[in-house]
Amino acid sequence: MTRPARAWDDRRMTETYDVHADTAPDGLDARLVVDRGAFRLDVALAVAPGEVVALLGPNGAGKTTALRALAGLTPLTGGRLRLDGAELDRTPPESRPVGVVFQDYLLFPHLTALDNVAFGPRCQGATKAEARAQAAEWLDRLGLKDHAGAKPRKLSGGQAQRVALARALATRPRLLLLDEPLAALDARTRLEVRAQLRRHLAEFEAVAVLVTHDPLDAMVLADRLVVVEHGRVVQEGTPSDIARRPRTDYIAQLVGLNLYRGEAEGHTVRLDAGPAVTTTEELSGPVFVAFPPSAVTLHRERPTGSSARNLWRCEVAGLETHGDQIRADLAGGLALAADLTTVAAAELDLHPGAEVWATVKATQTHAYPV
Amino acid sequence: MTSTDRTGAATDTLRGGPRRRRVRTGVPLPLLVPALIGLAFLIVPLIALLVRTPWHSLPEQLTSPDVWQALRLSLICATLATAVSLVIGVPLAWLLARVEFPGRGLVRALVTLPLVLPPVVGGVALLMALGRNGIVGQWLDSWFGITLPFTTTGVVIAEAFVAMPFLVISVEGTLRAADPRYEEAATTLGASRFTAFRRVTLPLIAPGIAAGAVLAWARALGEFGATITFAGNFPGRTQTMPLAVYLALQSDPEAAIALSLVLLAVSIAVLAGLRDRWMSAG
Repeated sequence: MTRPARAWDDRRMTETYDVHADTAPDGLDARLVVDRGAFRLDVALAVAPGEVVALLGPNGAGKTTALRALAGLTPLTGGRLRLDGAELDRTPPESRPVGVVFQDYLLFPHLTALDNVAFGPRCQGATKAEARAQAAEWLDRLGLKDHAGAKPRKLSGGQAQRVALARALATRPRLLLLDEPLAALDARTRLEVRAQLRRHLAEFEAVAVLVTHDPLDAMVLADRLVVVEHGRVVQEGTPSDIARRPRTDYIAQLVGLNLYRGEAEGHTVRLDAGPAVTTTEELSGPVFVAFPPSAVTLHRERPTGSSARNLWRCEVAGLETHGDQIRADLAGGLALAADLTTVAAAELDLHPGAEVWATVKATQTHAYPV
Repeated sequence: MTSTDRTGAATDTLRGGPRRRRVRTGVPLPLLVPALIGLAFLIVPLIALLVRTPWHSLPEQLTSPDVWQALRLSLICATLATAVSLVIGVPLAWLLARVEFPGRGLVRALVTLPLVLPPVVGGVALLMALGRNGIVGQWLDSWFGITLPFTTTGVVIAEAFVAMPFLVISVEGTLRAADPRYEEAATTLGASRFTAFRRVTLPLIAPGIAAGAVLAWARALGEFGATITFAGNFPGRTQTMPLAVYLALQSDPEAAIALSLVLLAVSIAVLAGLRDRWMSAG
């Protein structure tokens, strides 16, 4: 598959940022530069009030650093940070109108849920009674009325997550940051909490930025995704746009597509990886070609009557079960992933090292310009 | 490990002797004998103290005004020294654990120094600093008319000097083990760094502070060398229990034993109080 091209690493959100800067002074406008030895984070972010943006990327991409920089917990070494028109670069974290939901929530273990939520308002100058009244209101709004008196260790994962959200919202932030908000939850709770969180984020009127490595969380929770790799923005757009037109191997893997880079000439794309692919789109110049693993058909013998235009001789490099399907990793003519049913895999007698012919119909491929 | 055990068991079955069976319990004689001697070395003196305690005259001894005076002074001074250590030692521990500054390693070493310094040397050093001609003491004397050596305040200072490092080390360790991100979370909620410390960190490390305070208190209660050097040995003013014990031993051994018993009881109480914590802390 193609390596992510340098050009993409350098392509940032400058265009989007400019559009926002002209039309919407409110919201977040930031270019976060943090130098940390060999690692450099350089991410531009523009988010309108009411919008939920997810920073999506692999571990070590710099997402959490970006989040900490927004909160003021990690100092910027360059760039800018403006929220609702106000410069925040040098504002200490306690003075920023920013609320954070930390990955493991960091609820104060010695305080009840109510006092955890009241902590923020209290720091902002409310009396104890006022702060508690506000906290009770937030807990009520998040459906935690019955758990107000509970210490964090008595709360379930989902409840703790909502208390953390209530605590962050109780300071009435203009920027809400969520660090891997669902990562600490087990699969079942996660489904439920994800739906709730989506509702609460939709109600939130200011800027929300969440950080996640889970594409599903990102796509369900966010209006827009910003994909970060190696400290840079490699792609951004709506979830459906990113799912349809991935631009790096990482994103292609996340959304489950085979992705290649090549040079198009009419209906033929000569891949950088070697062979050519026939597509329905008629393009010229550098393009991406993507197709889902389910579009690949495997044969033990070279197919003769097949109408598929794309035919490669491959070798099975690995097999794994994927739900009720088998995912075959193929190497050889073209490195690709193919999905097939368990029955088909048995009939083909697939095993690592087996030689197969892979075909993909042109109509199943999708080519788009780089 | 399993294979070694099996070999051992096999040899054991082959030879079958009782000697082999003892080896299988894992305590070789060259270690067992010195270990038992070591145990006896530590325990026999304590037993001797109990054996020789004049139990019949004990109530009388303990209620004598001299003993009562020394005990009262000891408890007051040790408690004050602990209080002083808490007020200045906890912030110092926080500084060492949470703030990066050049020379932090050196500062930590200096803080630990009184732990290993002979207390008498500590007393001499205190005299050089706070004595009437000391580098700080001469100003205290000429400006404020304050004299510290050979006063009850001097006892508190000497005890705090020796005991505070125990508290600082204990609290710093607890602080290092505590997740600093709680402080960060507090800051994002609008708390200043001091508020975060007061309302979040302090409650979280309270058990560590309590343990450190008990440790410091016990050390202050037993303090002898620095106290007698810096504060002298004036009954009712600077003569604490350890000093009284030492003095009594020469004139009235029974009183010395009675006093020692009191200090032993206090030590055991402290140990019992800290045991759970030390066990769980490994």
